[in-house]
Amino acid sequence: MNTLRLIWLHLRVNVMNEFQYRANLVIQLIQSMLAAGTGLVALSLIFDRTPTLNGWTRPELLVVMGVYMFVGGVIGFAIQPAMNRIMSDVEHGTFDYVLTKPVDSQVLASVREFRLWELTDSMVGVGVIVWGLTEVGAQLGPGEWASFVLAMVAGTIALYCLWLIPTCGAFWFTRMRDIQDLYTGFYRAGQYPITVYPRWLRLTLTYLVPIGLAVTVPSQTVTGQMTATRLFAMSGFIVAALAVTRLVWRVGTRRYSGASA
Amino acid sequence: MIWYLRLYATLGRTSVMTNFQYRFANVLFLVGMVAEPVVYLVVWSTIARQEGGSIDGYTAGRFAAYYIVWTLVRSMNITFTPFGWEERIRDGELSAHLLRPVHPIHYDIGFFSGWKVVTIALWLPIAAVLTLVFDPSLHPSLVQVVTFSIAIWGAFLIRTLLLWLLGMITFWTTRVSAFFEIFFTAELLLSGRLVPLALMPDWVQDVSLFLPFESCFGFPITALVGPISNQELATGLLRQLVWIVVGSIGVAVAWPRAVRVYSAVNG
Repeated sequence: MNTLRLIWLHLRVNVMNEFQYRANLVIQLIQSMLAAGTGLVALSLIFDRTPTLNGWTRPELLVVMGVYMFVGGVIGFAIQPAMNRIMSDVEHGTFDYVLTKPVDSQVLASVREFRLWELTDSMVGVGVIVWGLTEVGAQLGPGEWASFVLAMVAGTIALYCLWLIPTCGAFWFTRMRDIQDLYTGFYRAGQYPITVYPRWLRLTLTYLVPIGLAVTVPSQTVTGQMTATRLFAMSGFIVAALAVTRLVWRVGTRRYSGASA
Repeated sequence: MIWYLRLYATLGRTSVMTNFQYRFANVLFLVGMVAEPVVYLVVWSTIARQEGGSIDGYTAGRFAAYYIVWTLVRSMNITFTPFGWEERIRDGELSAHLLRPVHPIHYDIGFFSGWKVVTIALWLPIAAVLTLVFDPSLHPSLVQVVTFSIAIWGAFLIRTLLLWLLGMITFWTTRVSAFFEIFFTAELLLSGRLVPLALMPDWVQDVSLFLPFESCFGFPITALVGPISNQELATGLLRQLVWIVVGSIGVAVAWPRAVRVYSAVNG
């Protein structure tokens, strides 16, 4: 309960802060449209040459692109700002302020920063998903919708975990800013279904930088390529990821020596 | 002239030493960067295989060569980001630069050239891995290799000048990111960064002839990967030269005006 109140409080403060800069909404919206436009151009170049990409049709790839944009927006809204803040706090020694507060440090560190306007990507993403689904012509029952949303939430949690683990590296190595480039670089791979990639890359994109879980899997649930067993296996992986992340966080924060040390 | 050469030698050397300290960070940066072309490469070589081996003369092997060379060209043409100007202006870093007797662009060119040397060294093992994985077909002639080695520095110089010009908008307005994103989107589509321009519709290829983007991406890559005639190599280098001249004039004209606005803001 306390955790929820903590999240709500930070969310509210951050949102109020962002509302001071309303013009940024327009700029972000332009950027999201540009990103969507680029994605569409890429798709049209691809499907000018071929009817299917490794078994995926154009409407199905539209769904993937929509989910990619949606999850990308969530990352920019909540995950990336939190990770940046942790790294810069550890580097500057101001991480003391997190540890000295009487709440769970991992929760606090994860909810301190939100960038509201990044969600324009998610908005545009929803539009693309709906467009793609209409073109697929899929009749989705409530079960499919539920598993679609669940898969997306679960995938985002997996992304959070596997981003936080290398971020914790800052407790040992201090300068971990470049891990950011690595992650944003790899995230680009999510704009196409990971089944397109060679095996080694597919495994990386499922278990190390779990874009596959966050983008491809939800798309598969609505394009009828998903089985219950795989969803089950995925939930197991996410529980394990949460546990490992927790452990790394504990060990890492104990290792952190503070501003004056 | 000799004075400038000494300045560049010192800046470059300092930069090599500074950046070599962050080897690990630089490797992470390069690996992250490699993800983008690998995505394009996988998608396009899949299509080439599905469509009977090649598209417009591009086989899977040639796509592999294109996008592996892409990684070097990309790490060559990364330069001072236009987004960085805001910080330079806000932190007053610029004021220090203005006191020096040389144009501040020389410091950027010097610093980034030194960094390029480190990048190329760290790029080699990454290229070796990519070569093993994707099996590129690359058979350049000597002329192509020579042109390529000149063209990557040309690309660096043009892009530095262009991004400088773009970044200078920050002096007049703080809402710059929309301009920058439009520029980068145009660049992505019209430079050969997303796909080789030969695969784009004809009208796009015609438009890109009059824009500087191809000189920074597509031309250096195609110079090495081919197919390209000696005459096209020569015109490509000539076009780079034209853009270097145009860019230099642009910076020379815009910079004094930008600085005037700068002092006005702080004055």
